[in-house]
Amino acid sequence: MNINLTLIGQSITFVLFVWFCMKFIWPPIMAALDERRKKIADGLAAAERGTREQELAQKRAAEVLHEAKQQAQDIISQAQKRGSEIVDEAKQQARDEGQRLLTAAHAEIEQEVNHAREELRGQVANLAIAGASKVLRREVDAAANEDLLKDLVSQL
Amino acid sequence: MSSDALTSSEYIKHHLQNLTWGKLDGSWSFAHNAAEAKAMGFMAIHVDTMFWSTVLGLAFLYVFRKVAKNAHSGTPGGLQNFVEMIVEFVDTSVRGSFTAKNDLVAPMALTVFVWIFLMNMMDLIPVDWIPGITEAMGIEHMRIVPSADPNATFGMALSVFFLMLFYSIKNKGIGGFTGELTLQPFESKNVLLQAFFIPVNFLLEFVSLIAKPVSLSLRLFGNMYAGEMIFILIALMFSGGFAIGLFGGVLQLGWAIFHILIVTLQAFIFMTLTIVYMDMAHSEH
Repeated sequence: MNINLTLIGQSITFVLFVWFCMKFIWPPIMAALDERRKKIADGLAAAERGTREQELAQKRAAEVLHEAKQQAQDIISQAQKRGSEIVDEAKQQARDEGQRLLTAAHAEIEQEVNHAREELRGQVANLAIAGASKVLRREVDAAANEDLLKDLVSQL
Repeated sequence: MSSDALTSSEYIKHHLQNLTWGKLDGSWSFAHNAAEAKAMGFMAIHVDTMFWSTVLGLAFLYVFRKVAKNAHSGTPGGLQNFVEMIVEFVDTSVRGSFTAKNDLVAPMALTVFVWIFLMNMMDLIPVDWIPGITEAMGIEHMRIVPSADPNATFGMALSVFFLMLFYSIKNKGIGGFTGELTLQPFESKNVLLQAFFIPVNFLLEFVSLIAKPVSLSLRLFGNMYAGEMIFILIALMFSGGFAIGLFGGVLQLGWAIFHILIVTLQAFIFMTLTIVYMDMAHSEH
């Protein structure tokens, strides 16, 4: 319970400990703590930035999707239009072709008819001459009656 | 119990006797009893107090230095986490009470807190364990709680006090410092009245100034001394037979658990008052 040199010894020890703590312990620990504080702050800021960027990206993605849908819609409607156009064109072509074929057939038939008529006319003339010659029982000069016959043929 | 030959009062006295090495009759030697230690006067040193406080202080410095050397800002490991928790606790206390800028205060607060805490914690070791071992080794006296030795607490409080004086004078100048001591709390525009007030003020302020280190050290010393005394008294019960011994064991457990609170609280109070005193040295009233 006596106050003695221990007092001074303890003071010196205390001062030395405080000095050591001040020089070698406090600064590195505080530096680490400050650095971690900064790191965490940076991390939080980065996270916030990331969230904002993600939001932006989501918005952009939605826009792009919307645009793509619009384009797809356009393309589809265009294709539909073009399809019906093609069908219409094809129909028109078919109709035209049919008409053409029909006309050609008509022309051929007419030609055929004319041809047959011509032939028939010739044959009828021959028959008429033959018949007349038989009726007259004489030789009729074909050449002499040529004009007559032609006239007859044209009347048929 | 160290021995049956001792009476209760001898046992208590034995436990309260520091291992004193001092100058007695012209030569340096260990004191064998309280009278010899008293006769040594100021020229003596409590070897046990010095030893245990230094060991505990070095243990504190070693652990904290180890962490400080490897301190990194990544995910802290167990020990680093623990140390950082204490450092941040001290740092928060300093930031809360100390408004000026001084790089000394926070490390000093940390040292005060941890060192006193460790020294107080020695109180929780059963009173006969370490003295029993040292007695077997031939050392007569051993007090293992340095903070129950007024030399240790006064040593710290005086160091804090001198730092306080130093920073007071450094920040306010000698004029400012003496002004603080003499020109308040009573002041007057009247020169004569003021001249009369100066000694009154000085008396009041000087007492309150001196009271700071005294109360700081005596508070810690008183708490630890009383705690140690109660542990010694409880230890006396162990020699009173099985039933009383068992009761003593329960008491010891209860007191030890309660004492953990006192140990921490006293370390915290010493630290906080150190910070507050340093703050007073830096700020004008």
